[in-house]
Amino acid sequence: MSAHVAPPPSGPVAFPRELSLALLTDMLRIRRLEEKAAELYGAGKIRGFLHLYIGEEAVAAGAMRALAPQDNVVATYREHGQALLRGVAMERIMAEMYGKQEGCSHGRGGSMHLFDAATRFYGGNAIVGGGLPLAVGLALACQMKKEDRVTACFFGEGAVAEGVFHESMNLAQLWRLPVAFLCENNLYAMGTAIARSESQTDLCVKAAAYGMATLKVDGMDIVATHEAAKRAVAQVRDGKGPIFVEFQTYRFRAHSMFDPDLYRDKGEIEQWKTRGPIHTFTARLKAQGDLTEEQFLELDRSALAEVQRAVEFAEKGTWEPVADLAKDVYAP
Amino acid sequence: MTITYREALRMGLNEALEKDERVFLMGEDVGKYGGTYAVSKGLLEKFGAERVRDTPLSELTFVGAGIGAALGGMRPIVEVMTVNFSLLSLDQIVNTAAILRHMSGGQFSVPLVIRMSTGAGRQLAAQHSHSLEGWYAHIPGIKIVAAATIDDAHGMLGAALADPNPVIVFEYPALFEMKGELSAETVDISTAKIRRTGAKVTLITYGACLPKTLEAAEQVDGEVIDLRVLRPLDMAPVLASVRKTRRAVVVDEGWRSGSLAAEIMARIMEQGFYDLDAPVARVCREEVPIPYAKHLEDAALPQPDKIIAAAEALFA
Repeated sequence: MSAHVAPPPSGPVAFPRELSLALLTDMLRIRRLEEKAAELYGAGKIRGFLHLYIGEEAVAAGAMRALAPQDNVVATYREHGQALLRGVAMERIMAEMYGKQEGCSHGRGGSMHLFDAATRFYGGNAIVGGGLPLAVGLALACQMKKEDRVTACFFGEGAVAEGVFHESMNLAQLWRLPVAFLCENNLYAMGTAIARSESQTDLCVKAAAYGMATLKVDGMDIVATHEAAKRAVAQVRDGKGPIFVEFQTYRFRAHSMFDPDLYRDKGEIEQWKTRGPIHTFTARLKAQGDLTEEQFLELDRSALAEVQRAVEFAEKGTWEPVADLAKDVYAP
Repeated sequence: MTITYREALRMGLNEALEKDERVFLMGEDVGKYGGTYAVSKGLLEKFGAERVRDTPLSELTFVGAGIGAALGGMRPIVEVMTVNFSLLSLDQIVNTAAILRHMSGGQFSVPLVIRMSTGAGRQLAAQHSHSLEGWYAHIPGIKIVAAATIDDAHGMLGAALADPNPVIVFEYPALFEMKGELSAETVDISTAKIRRTGAKVTLITYGACLPKTLEAAEQVDGEVIDLRVLRPLDMAPVLASVRKTRRAVVVDEGWRSGSLAAEIMARIMEQGFYDLDAPVARVCREEVPIPYAKHLEDAALPQPDKIIAAAEALFA
């Protein structure tokens, strides 16, 4: 495997400096939030499953800045980054991971089930492939109501092995629904490498089989992910039907906190780390004079301070009374 | 007005589509074919392909799309042709529709109606004859209703659409040719109803077993209660009737073990034990896959003679 790892993203960044710094900030905020979450997991403050996005930040960052406030977002159980960049306050995400009622799902969901109606963030779905038909339906509602909304649906490459992926591709294309399928191909479905589970490892071929437009992107390069996301969202918004985007990425951490990560070659992980989306982008911005080390440290300090505030907020949060256990099973 | 159960279902659909432009019908062969049981016949021509949508044979995705469309502000009616095929859509029903509101801390309700036909009795053999209402009734977060009368076939859909929760409406092909008067009464999806008053024994049932139970009740002076709503259960009329008759038989087309009948019996025991003069009895589907041959299928299902025998045994 490791022989096929491409060289790190490099070259000039054609974005306005302001956008570049915003994208870098986005990725730093996710990274620092999750590093702290891992630490708090070790300390027993966060329990259950915790799936880290570390290494994959360029996908969420590139995609989220291509979306408009009225758009819908459907995500997976590895969704801290998507929720944060969609606009869910870091405090409320951290409080949710703590299980506090100040959390964005009232402490009912935890790390895997972040929800936020205000930003049209529809979760946090922990059944692989489970979010795809939901996104198809949200897009159907937009089409029927003639609303200008793109539905962005994140999922991992593991989902393409599910029948529901194929059903959803077919229905979305058949009805030309305004949905962007954003596949985060991190090469491993938990511990199963893609070549060990897929007869066809070119994922775009699968979507193309349904007549759908596709894009294949280096998911470690924020310039590429953002450009691709903009193209994808524009096509959907223009009424040209759904699109499938494969972001080729890699998670630097294990699948979850319970995963001893015995199925990957350590050399492969190290090679992919040379392609890390944050340090490669930082180096490119420095090389063209858009960023100094001091400016980078300032951005990083700001992200760390936000994380600290989030932890304090979560620590001060309160537990939902047990008397409310059955609340919201049914809508009144 | 005398109409068939099938016509009552069609009227309900027609009215729902007329009343609210957010309502649309989606499922396999609901449009051009006219519905596999001809329930939605004529609706495509009247309301157009946008609101009467034929889907591919993708139960998991079109049920999930119904959930998404409901979240997006529509009022979808998803038809799953039969309960047998609904097993292909279970993930979306159980892992999303039923739990989304609670899991999101009350932020996202799913006002979705899923219609499905269910039950045995037409020699369709083991894969097309399941009665799984009890499975669905096990799950908090969804409402489960069973239409056993002309009025309910007509009115339960509208009541389900008015509810902010996901509702599964069970329909019974065994009753499709049944004729009856359509009354003007408003249909709710919250109460169990007495379908026949009687003095000696309370017979509790739902769905396609209702006519069989009514037939049996004539022989044993039974008071027949149609549960109608399988989740959340309305036990008050059941308990009141047991207080009066002091005996009860539950008639359930589902398999016996872990059945809805078992739940009803448990609740009578918990809440009405001292009203009883005899153990609560039940007549259920025999614990076999439904065979094709008619005499074997008949033997596998609750029948009036079995109900009569079960009731009479309580006086032995």
